[in-house]
Amino acid sequence: MRNLRKCYAKVEALRSVSFDVRAGTTTALLGGNGAGKTTTLSMLLGVLLPTSGSIHVLGCDMLRDRYRVLPRMNFTSPYVDLPKRLTVRENLRVFADLYGVAKPRARIDELAMQFDLGGLVKRPYGQLSAGQRTRVSLAKALLNQPDVLLLDEPTASLDPDVGDRMRTYLEDYQRASGCTLLLASHNMHEVERMCDDVIMLRAGVVVDHGSPRQLIDRYGRDTMEEVFLDIARGVPDESGEASPERMLT
Amino acid sequence: MTAAIGADRQRGVRASVRRIRALIMRHAFLLVKSWPRLVSMAYYPTVTMVLWAFVTLYLAPTNRLLADAPGLFIGAVLLWDVLFRGQLGVSLTFIEEMYSRNLGNLFVSPLRLYELIIGQLTMSVMRTLIGVGGACFFAWLLFRYSIFSMGLPLIAFFACLLAFGWAIGLAVSAMILRYGLGAEELAWAAIFLVAPVSGVYYPIAVLPPALQSISHALPPAHVFEGMRAVLLQKTFRYDLLENALLLDAIYVAIGCTLFALAVQSARRRGALLQMGE
Repeated sequence: MRNLRKCYAKVEALRSVSFDVRAGTTTALLGGNGAGKTTTLSMLLGVLLPTSGSIHVLGCDMLRDRYRVLPRMNFTSPYVDLPKRLTVRENLRVFADLYGVAKPRARIDELAMQFDLGGLVKRPYGQLSAGQRTRVSLAKALLNQPDVLLLDEPTASLDPDVGDRMRTYLEDYQRASGCTLLLASHNMHEVERMCDDVIMLRAGVVVDHGSPRQLIDRYGRDTMEEVFLDIARGVPDESGEASPERMLT
Repeated sequence: MTAAIGADRQRGVRASVRRIRALIMRHAFLLVKSWPRLVSMAYYPTVTMVLWAFVTLYLAPTNRLLADAPGLFIGAVLLWDVLFRGQLGVSLTFIEEMYSRNLGNLFVSPLRLYELIIGQLTMSVMRTLIGVGGACFFAWLLFRYSIFSMGLPLIAFFACLLAFGWAIGLAVSAMILRYGLGAEELAWAAIFLVAPVSGVYYPIAVLPPALQSISHALPPAHVFEGMRAVLLQKTFRYDLLENALLLDAIYVAIGCTLFALAVQSARRRGALLQMGE
């Protein structure tokens, strides 16, 4: 992303945001509510047009040629849902065909097993609990074995046990596939565990970045939770700089 | 793990057909498991058909037109429902995606806009055939009236009305995408704006000159004039068919353009991921 700006009427949601995400890594996009995380993810997916700036994913210009790269991407978001009256299998089948999955039935069976959906595939999606829906959404996001996976609060409604299993699965998937993962999360434990890099947003600006370890050291804290609070509240890091706006390149 | 998606599976006509089929499958899954939906599709066309059939039975003994062409009103109401169901088929298919908050999933998938439109139009055909087909069956069962007695011109009438329904349906979908589900009422009401000037039950000639000008700019007016020519004069008016087809092409192009502009506007406003009830 280069010099990305997004304005809604008089509100500037993103102000000249630039960053690179290294291929094959997991990067967290962190920030408080309204910091611009979902706006950034939406623009990466091509469903939101920036006011100015450029976005390249897997070498493709997302503003001009997004259909070349969309088959290699996928996402989950709490802002979208799946048709509630369709069963889990029907939903997954529809999206398998939309993404051109070669052997949809086998892939759905594989994901149903991995995400413990075996007993749910014949149930209407609308009858599932929030946690079960999250698992189905994750399964949908992995149907096409994406090279780039964008996850907005991927484990927010999962209990600790299932959340842990999902993180393990995502880590395994990432290691095996070399997939690039970008996740927006408020779960700092998840970020510390899964992420190689962290990009911190505040009020539409990248205010800091680095690996979780680097950020923890830089702010002289013990956990990412504490770093998050410092950055969100504008507390200076150990060098005395109050959340400097560091542009990622 | 290797990517399951080959580049060739995402390009070309076959890939496009597969994505359209997926969209149709999504709505077909919904229809086949919900008999209330199926019944409601045929309910309104059947009830209005029955109403006009009784009006015909009442007036036919004293009315020469109806005595000569007893299917005048029943045929008209069935064809009007082709237009109405055709429009609803497009609009409701789109509204369904908004209700289920599924638009975001569709727009980040490889589904192209034209494929989404073709999917909606195909669903419109299916919904129209179910809805009007049911009414046609009851017209034959209860009143021994077969719409197929119009012969081959019926196909032309059906196609012209369906296409105009698509155009209105796409324009309504654009409005809903722009103004949200608060504009949903348009899906049900929009088509009735053109009903008085479409000459469904009466010739365009009875309208005031100003309204006649509007009628001539609308494909349904030409179709219903053509229907009356078939039923009353036993002739097929090719000139009316040409007019209707030409106007349909213009209106469908306008409908597609409005829908594409609404999608682009939604992408600017960030509405695609956040639209729902």
